[in-house]
Amino acid sequence: MISLHLPALQVVVPLISAPLCVLLRRGFGAWLLATVIAWTAFAISLALLAQVLSDGALSYKMGGWAAPWGIEYRIDRLNAFMLVIVAGIGALVMPCAYHSVAREIAPERQHLFYAAFMLALTGLLGIVITGDVFNLYVFLEITSLASYTLVALGADRRALRASFQYLVLGTIGATFILIGIGLLYMVTGTLNMADLAARIPALQELRPVRAAFAFIVVGAGLKLALFPLHLWLPNAYTYAPSVVSAFLAATATKVGVYVLMRFIFTVFGARFAFEMMPLGEILMVLGLLAVMVGSLVAVFQTNVKRMLAYSSIAQIGYMALGISFASVNGLVAGIVHLFNHAAMKGALFLALACVFYRLGSVELDAMRGLGRRMPLTMATFVAAGMSLVGVPLTVGFISKWYLVVAAIESGLWPVAVIVLVASLLALVYIWRVVEVAYFREPDGDAPEVTEAPAAMLVPTMALAAACIYFGIDTELTVGVATEAALSLLEGGP
Amino acid sequence: MSAATVLLLAPLTPLAGAVLMWLSRRRPNVREAVTLATAVVLFGLVASLYPEVAAGGRPKTEFGELLPGLVLAFEVEPLGMLFALVSSFLWIVTSLYSIGYMRGNNEAHQTRFYIYFALALAATVGIAFAANLLTLFVFYEALTIATYPLVAHHGTEEARAGGRTYLGILLGTSIGFFLLAVIVTWNVAGTLEFSPGGILAGKAPPWLVGVLLALYVFGIGKAAVMPFHRWLPAAMVAPVPVSALLHAVAVVKAGVFSVVKVVVYVFGLDLLAASPSPEWLVYVAGFTVIAASLIALRQNNLKLLLAYSTVSQLSYVILAAGLLSPLALVGAVLHIGAHALGKITLFFAAGSIYTAAHKTEVSQLDGIGRRMPWTMGAFAIGALSMIGLPPTAGFVSKWYMLLGALQVGNMVAVAIIIVSTLLNAAYFLPIVYAAFFKPEANPPAEPGPAHGRGRVALHGEGGDAPPPIVIALTVTATLTVLLFLFPGAALELAGQLVEKTR
Amino acid sequence: MDVIGHYNYWVSIVLMMAGFYMVIASANLVKKLVGLNVFQTAVFLLYITMSKVSVPDCAIDCGTAPIFKEGFTVYSNPLPSVLILTAIVVSVSTTAVALAIIVRIKEAYGSVEEDEMLRRDGE
Repeated sequence: MISLHLPALQVVVPLISAPLCVLLRRGFGAWLLATVIAWTAFAISLALLAQVLSDGALSYKMGGWAAPWGIEYRIDRLNAFMLVIVAGIGALVMPCAYHSVAREIAPERQHLFYAAFMLALTGLLGIVITGDVFNLYVFLEITSLASYTLVALGADRRALRASFQYLVLGTIGATFILIGIGLLYMVTGTLNMADLAARIPALQELRPVRAAFAFIVVGAGLKLALFPLHLWLPNAYTYAPSVVSAFLAATATKVGVYVLMRFIFTVFGARFAFEMMPLGEILMVLGLLAVMVGSLVAVFQTNVKRMLAYSSIAQIGYMALGISFASVNGLVAGIVHLFNHAAMKGALFLALACVFYRLGSVELDAMRGLGRRMPLTMATFVAAGMSLVGVPLTVGFISKWYLVVAAIESGLWPVAVIVLVASLLALVYIWRVVEVAYFREPDGDAPEVTEAPAAMLVPTMALAAACIYFGIDTELTVGVATEAALSLLEGGP
Repeated sequence: MSAATVLLLAPLTPLAGAVLMWLSRRRPNVREAVTLATAVVLFGLVASLYPEVAAGGRPKTEFGELLPGLVLAFEVEPLGMLFALVSSFLWIVTSLYSIGYMRGNNEAHQTRFYIYFALALAATVGIAFAANLLTLFVFYEALTIATYPLVAHHGTEEARAGGRTYLGILLGTSIGFFLLAVIVTWNVAGTLEFSPGGILAGKAPPWLVGVLLALYVFGIGKAAVMPFHRWLPAAMVAPVPVSALLHAVAVVKAGVFSVVKVVVYVFGLDLLAASPSPEWLVYVAGFTVIAASLIALRQNNLKLLLAYSTVSQLSYVILAAGLLSPLALVGAVLHIGAHALGKITLFFAAGSIYTAAHKTEVSQLDGIGRRMPWTMGAFAIGALSMIGLPPTAGFVSKWYMLLGALQVGNMVAVAIIIVSTLLNAAYFLPIVYAAFFKPEANPPAEPGPAHGRGRVALHGEGGDAPPPIVIALTVTATLTVLLFLFPGAALELAGQLVEKTR
Repeated sequence: MDVIGHYNYWVSIVLMMAGFYMVIASANLVKKLVGLNVFQTAVFLLYITMSKVSVPDCAIDCGTAPIFKEGFTVYSNPLPSVLILTAIVVSVSTTAVALAIIVRIKEAYGSVEEDEMLRRDGE
């Protein structure tokens, strides 16, 4: 009985927990509830993935209303996989949150933090699970509003500025998506993705359809921080509380990429997007620019969190690049990298959360000699960093391999070269941290610090372990990504 | 134990050793005993594979599938056998040497040193046994990363800068060119398996063969073909045992080994001979041989001199492989072994001089041979081997290379080999001469502050280095001579390689 | 092209651009927010406009409110209105969050001017 309603529970459970967090009025209680809920959501997502892998795509009618009129939750391989990523990161971040939040956020605001966190989780899960474009917009805004709040809770006052900037750009992005949805509704009279996909091919010559496509791509581009629409991201990630950076970096932009993929391939169809509209060329150019500019800027940062934020922009460029090839291998690269990047950025930001918990700073200079004082944390950082560079036997290598294979398949040698060169830039910025942490002695007046508490360390190491495990055993990730890519290219959800 | 099990155990042994070393980090004696024991066990495992390989067997095992169609697998063939034998044997000697050196110089972070050393050896064995390009690439990168902490060991500004150059060039070339070449090969050939006769024949157009060859030769930066040789002198900031085993044997040999392996098993000699491209390979390698020798001629720092000499000697192997003649290929294979033994002896000697007399410059070595007869005697043998004079191993390998060059009638290669021999003599012989026949400038006064307990001098104050060091360098020098007198096993393996590929 | 007949769409676009301009051009956070509201309102208008249904042979507009009664055959589509109610809720919430952040900014910086804030952060 319950298993029938898993799709609804996936969203409803965290949604209900949010007001409960507020009612609990105590940091610890709210944390406990949020942690339990996050793990429940993770369990649900795993159950859904198992169902989808064994029985194929699921369709759930919200409130029992039939599909084109009511809201349909539709779960295929792609979004089942996404659900696992989002819920999994949420579940791993929560144990870390207790110590980190206790240090960074005033006691009277802590329960509110967890409430906002649960709302953000709800929204992200909702975006991924829904098969209705307007519902997607609503969930998008739920996540966004919760994220603005979460970012604003950062200790530095610049967090407020970052949050406002994020709010303005995020709202513009969401409104663009809203306009696009409106235009689509105008010509098709439906909001259901499957319905839209069936009707658009006959209407694709119409100008509103093309305008809708442009609005949605730009709106999604803002949400996923595609260069040059990334301006909100560096500040937001730098000044947000540590666990929020970890959670958002690992999930929010990925969900943005998912939205883009969903609209391009499922709603509009690859033929429309790549043959009638010049999306391939645009995404390729922007993706390459993102990869180069993001990596280059990251090299020159002295705040490690900001460095990782710019690195995220570059990594999003890789995903855009993967989509731009519109080939199986390209899409596999994009989808696998969604997962891989979530794991490695999650691990990196959580490692920084540990560092911040002990040091109170994530400036490069403050991290001198940290390899000796916080060996496990820094080892985790190095492992995840290696992944980012794309060293063999880590997840980054897998993504890179598919991306370069896709580029060479399409005969785009220069693209392959740029991808590889950019991974060297990743090496440069990761190595700056390694060098400081392992081969510099701390200042005389540096505070004596010890390893971070186990509650923070274990999830961080689990994510780093995932970076290595899924770099060796790729059956699950590549398998799911390949099937998802095939079904996306065939069109239809 | 079946050969497949041994294959898997071989790279796991140093890993297990590394764990044990970490566990015994508070007890240096235990830790060093573990190092030695691990090295001996590894050599035993590798050597146990020899009879089967010599009999023509090719033990093989798969241990993972990274991506559909891309497996991680080991397969021993003659070239890898030789490389693994040399590296694992010299690890025993180097471990012994390290103990004397690290204690004698009171180095810091010794546990880290031994652990990464073991990891580097695990990666080396992985490279030697790799059955396909992917496995080779994986271990190749692992070797680069495992050796970085050893290069930057001292943590000084100079060491960090050296480490940056090291990592930058090695990872830069491997990711920028090597990986690209691997992926293109995969795209074109549909397989990455090393197979006799090559996998690209009939699948890649001639222009692509040329491009790929360039990508491989320059992408395998560990082979130190100019202009990507800068990492090797930069790595000389590392402690001497690292320079000796890794930057004279394991790492650089991994480079030339990979190049030879790619030439033989990915391209195939026939494909390359049929395409117009390999001519330039001879020239590039020849240029490196001569240019590096000229630079070595001008070095005053002993380790830097040895480093440039290594750059030069490595390109012999590339040059010999580029000649595409079976005899030259035998020379290339032999040279991997011969140069390993000779160069490690030279580095051991340099470290011995540093430990006993704290001298690092060539100009300071006047008369030191009388104080350190064992060390400088070994040095002389190593130097003869580098020049290629009998009775040392270097003579045998150079002989085959010359024969190979004459076989294909490549007079340029002949000239390069002869000129560089003269150059080698020009920078090595004066050192030997000065050490034995010139009077000492400043006889040793008080022992320096860095002299630790390890400096239980063999011949009293101002004498030779600690016993482990002397034993180690005597062993390698002896082997250099022995390989000249009994090159049978190495020739057998090289002969097999040539036979199977034609 | 029927310019007059698309009167509502033109208004919507003008509003949209005006709002967008305010967001970009003004340094005062409150004014930015007002601009953002205008921008969103323009989209509401777009939705409401497209729900209006007219038939060619009708004098002005024949689509009526969706009332079930004798004589009315052409209705306006009610769904966009419903959708836009949701969007208005979203917009109000966004405004509330934004205002809350502005209040906090005022507390922290003593100003809601962007250049002033940058100056005080020393950037």
